[in-house]
Amino acid sequence: MSDPGPSPSPEQSAEAGTLAARLALKQRAGGIVVPVVTVLFAFLMSGIIIAATQHSVRTALVVFKEIFQGAGLNWVFHPTTSLLDISAYNLSQTLLQTTPLILTGLAVAFAFRCGMFNIGGNGQYLVGLIVANWLGVDLAGLNPFLHILLCISAGTLAASAYAGIAGILKATVGAHEVISTIMLNWIAYWTASWLIGAGGPLQVSNNPTNPVSNQVSSGARLPDFWGVQGFQGLHVGLFVALAAVVVFWALLNRTTLGYEVRAVGFNPDAAAYGGISVKKNYFRAMAISGAFAGLAGTLDMLGGAQNYQIGQLDIPFIQVGFIGIAVALLGRNTAIGTLLGAVLFGALSYGSFHGLGSSAVIDPTLANNLTYIIQGLIVLFIGADVLILYVWNSRKKLRRPPGKTARRAEAAAS
Amino acid sequence: MADDLVLEMRDIRKEFPGVVANDKVSFDVRRGEVHALLGENGAGKSTLMNILYGLYRPDGGEIRLNGKPVTFSSAREAIQAGIGMVHQHFMLIPVMTVAENIVLGTEPRKGILLDERVADRRVADMAKTFRFEVDPEALVQDISVGQQQRVEIMKVLYRNADILILDEPTAVLTPQEASDLFEILRTLRREGLSIIFISHKLNEVLEIADRITVLRRGKTIETVPHAGATEASLARAMVGRDVLLRVDKGAPEIGDVLLEVEDLHVLDDRGIEKVRGVSFEVRAGEIVGIAGVDGNGQTELIDALTGLQKIESGSVNIAGHRLSHTSAREALDAGIGHIPEDRQRRGLVLEFTIAENIALHDYAKPPDARWGWLFPARMVGRARRLIEDFDVRGGGPSTRAGALSGGNQQKLVAAREVDRDPKVLIAAQPTRGLDVGAIEYLHRRLVSERDEGRAILLVSLELEEILSLSDRIFVLFEGTFVGEHTGDVSEEQIGLEMLGGKKEAAA
Ligand SMILES: Nc1ncnc2c1ncn2[C@@H]1O[C@H](COP(=O)(O)OP(=O)(O)O)[C@@H](O)[C@H]1O
Ligand SMILES: [Mg+2]
Repeated sequence: MSDPGPSPSPEQSAEAGTLAARLALKQRAGGIVVPVVTVLFAFLMSGIIIAATQHSVRTALVVFKEIFQGAGLNWVFHPTTSLLDISAYNLSQTLLQTTPLILTGLAVAFAFRCGMFNIGGNGQYLVGLIVANWLGVDLAGLNPFLHILLCISAGTLAASAYAGIAGILKATVGAHEVISTIMLNWIAYWTASWLIGAGGPLQVSNNPTNPVSNQVSSGARLPDFWGVQGFQGLHVGLFVALAAVVVFWALLNRTTLGYEVRAVGFNPDAAAYGGISVKKNYFRAMAISGAFAGLAGTLDMLGGAQNYQIGQLDIPFIQVGFIGIAVALLGRNTAIGTLLGAVLFGALSYGSFHGLGSSAVIDPTLANNLTYIIQGLIVLFIGADVLILYVWNSRKKLRRPPGKTARRAEAAAS
Repeated sequence: MADDLVLEMRDIRKEFPGVVANDKVSFDVRRGEVHALLGENGAGKSTLMNILYGLYRPDGGEIRLNGKPVTFSSAREAIQAGIGMVHQHFMLIPVMTVAENIVLGTEPRKGILLDERVADRRVADMAKTFRFEVDPEALVQDISVGQQQRVEIMKVLYRNADILILDEPTAVLTPQEASDLFEILRTLRREGLSIIFISHKLNEVLEIADRITVLRRGKTIETVPHAGATEASLARAMVGRDVLLRVDKGAPEIGDVLLEVEDLHVLDDRGIEKVRGVSFEVRAGEIVGIAGVDGNGQTELIDALTGLQKIESGSVNIAGHRLSHTSAREALDAGIGHIPEDRQRRGLVLEFTIAENIALHDYAKPPDARWGWLFPARMVGRARRLIEDFDVRGGGPSTRAGALSGGNQQKLVAAREVDRDPKVLIAAQPTRGLDVGAIEYLHRRLVSERDEGRAILLVSLELEEILSLSDRIFVLFEGTFVGEHTGDVSEEQIGLEMLGGKKEAAA
């Protein structure tokens, strides 16, 4: 009769409104516990799925070990720069995957901090990719340093302007950025397909039927600093992405622009009252967000890819914009959180693809899908992290002093 | 006498991490009395009632109901024992009817279906007995806040409560609705119900309560009968020191015109004309009050004066600068300070720190920033000084504004606006939701700002506040001024004009 078990704890039911508010605060404040628990939960769940489908708990453990090693994370136990070492090579490939994810993650995070949801990372990435390819091919013979700088700046600016369209639409006619960025994704995709399609302006010159772009000129290629040049070495784009993390942090926390972005993101009414133009900030933040995503595209083009082909770097394959959403959410839209989130997703996608794809632990196609399952679970748990926080808090409450009185009360009641 | 007691709470103790919300609190309630629990925000009133209602478990103490000790581990058990509570925030379902909301959980049934007819009839009967004046078939989302509160009370009565707890019931009501509520409470008292009435407003407590228990910082200070209690004595018990309830102010020293409004017309978001041809001026060194019932154009008028809203026609001049109504920035730069009516929605970014909130208008100017680069350390320095000057309690420069109590949030807003040294200070509902100590402070501050030579425009729904602070008073009714007075006008005269009475009297 007096069993308080099934009903929510008294403090919570009484203070539901303020609890939710406190949760929201904590979530924005960027505590470390919940993201970590989120990831652990996702791994635990996928472990259960593997164990269930493979009828073996041992397989699940082996799978995780293979992913870990496949991503080259075991490199930290015996660091070496020699790429003959398999863990070093794997790590370099993981970091190669991580580079664009850092940037698309920052793109999503920046828009979030201004209260907007930029789903257009893919489209903006494509714009950066295409512009870098065009200039990388057309300006062949330029001083390499100038050439690279030009390709990167032009691609980044173009993507920034492209995302800015969604910002302008929001600021002027109130079109929701989720809708407009999705539409811009498709416009970018079809335009790119036409550009490199048969007879298109950027299509490869020596084979008019092959829908692929030209290779960027060798002068415009980003130097690899780890690995064999031209053989998927790790290029200097990684440092550009790391620099972008610092820029993101400084821009947001140390400039008046960032102050405005955060004010608008938290409370547009208060921002307007404070004398901040909310519309200007919607446009500006969207443009900056697009610049991060576009930068990712230029680095990929001048670094690893060097050309663009329908069906290979096709929309279903270009997921960096979408994964960036998960990266930013997991990282709580902070600079450092986004960086860590990108490393996790980079390691996960390369590690499970490579580590499992080449080992005989489980079926390789299953291995690939496993990546998606884990990613999906992480996204799911990010959505549910308010719930996790709730459970976490009530657990703490139950262990605290009231524990004693509760027992006493129960003893008195019986 | 003791057999009259329906409820006794003895030495109740409740601790939250870092605060003792109730420290050996004791009080009792007699059959058929209205017992007020009076105390400043944070005194522990809601906590005590949540314990009684079974929502919190006390860390110590005893509750006796009709002489027998009881422990409730859920609200359901408290309800079964005849205790009902109306919370500060209503818990009604907007898309259901009044009757459905009232019977929810104890529905009369016909098979498995709700017997609508029986429900409606019972509710209608009850509404008639207690003169509630609500339509049982109306949807809750269509009725006023005052009526929603009555529905909450009926819900409690429907479950046969003998003890009714009302947590700050007047906070959401207009003065008229509040006096209707008091009428209902008197009826309930006659029917033999015991009512626990929570408030931090002295005049209300004196109007309705038979006995008054004062809480301060989690402790019972005293329980006094209505006879002999005065606003001053209660305020002293509540705050712990003598409180100046009347504002002490000298004659104004009037200077130049700093705010000049001419034939102003403003539309609201839906295109309805809310300000219809208002003209007035405010001079340096005077406080001009605008009285009126909520919704008569106050919000639109203030937004137009502060550049937050476009105007239809007319003009606003601030110290000789004519506003173009393009942004709040222009008004701020022209010398407007604005304490907005809703500090949480507009006055503060609750997720920002105190220091960041202090910088809300001037974050882009030296010393806070130069060439677009912020200097957070300088913001912190200024915040530290203002926290000290304005006695903001509950945190330092890097505390989140949302973590402060309402009174301290309001002090924070006031500190920021005054520190910018504005020529014109617009204060909208500056003391809404504050307790006596904080109100006293803000009133003194407004008068001293006036004496510094600022032009102050005070817009308030509290007639007393307008009367005690203003040197001149305008009465706003349906978007136009229906009265202009010097400070010594009677409350009745203004009250009449607020309801549009003057026109009819003249006709
Ligand atoms: N659920 C809670 N958790 C932590 N502290 C609380 C909680 N509820 C109230 N408090 C604290 O207890 C004190 C008393 O609060 P409360 O009872 O709400 O005061 P009142 O209703 O008189 O304004 C305050 O300091 C408040 O911050
Ligand atoms: Mg309270």
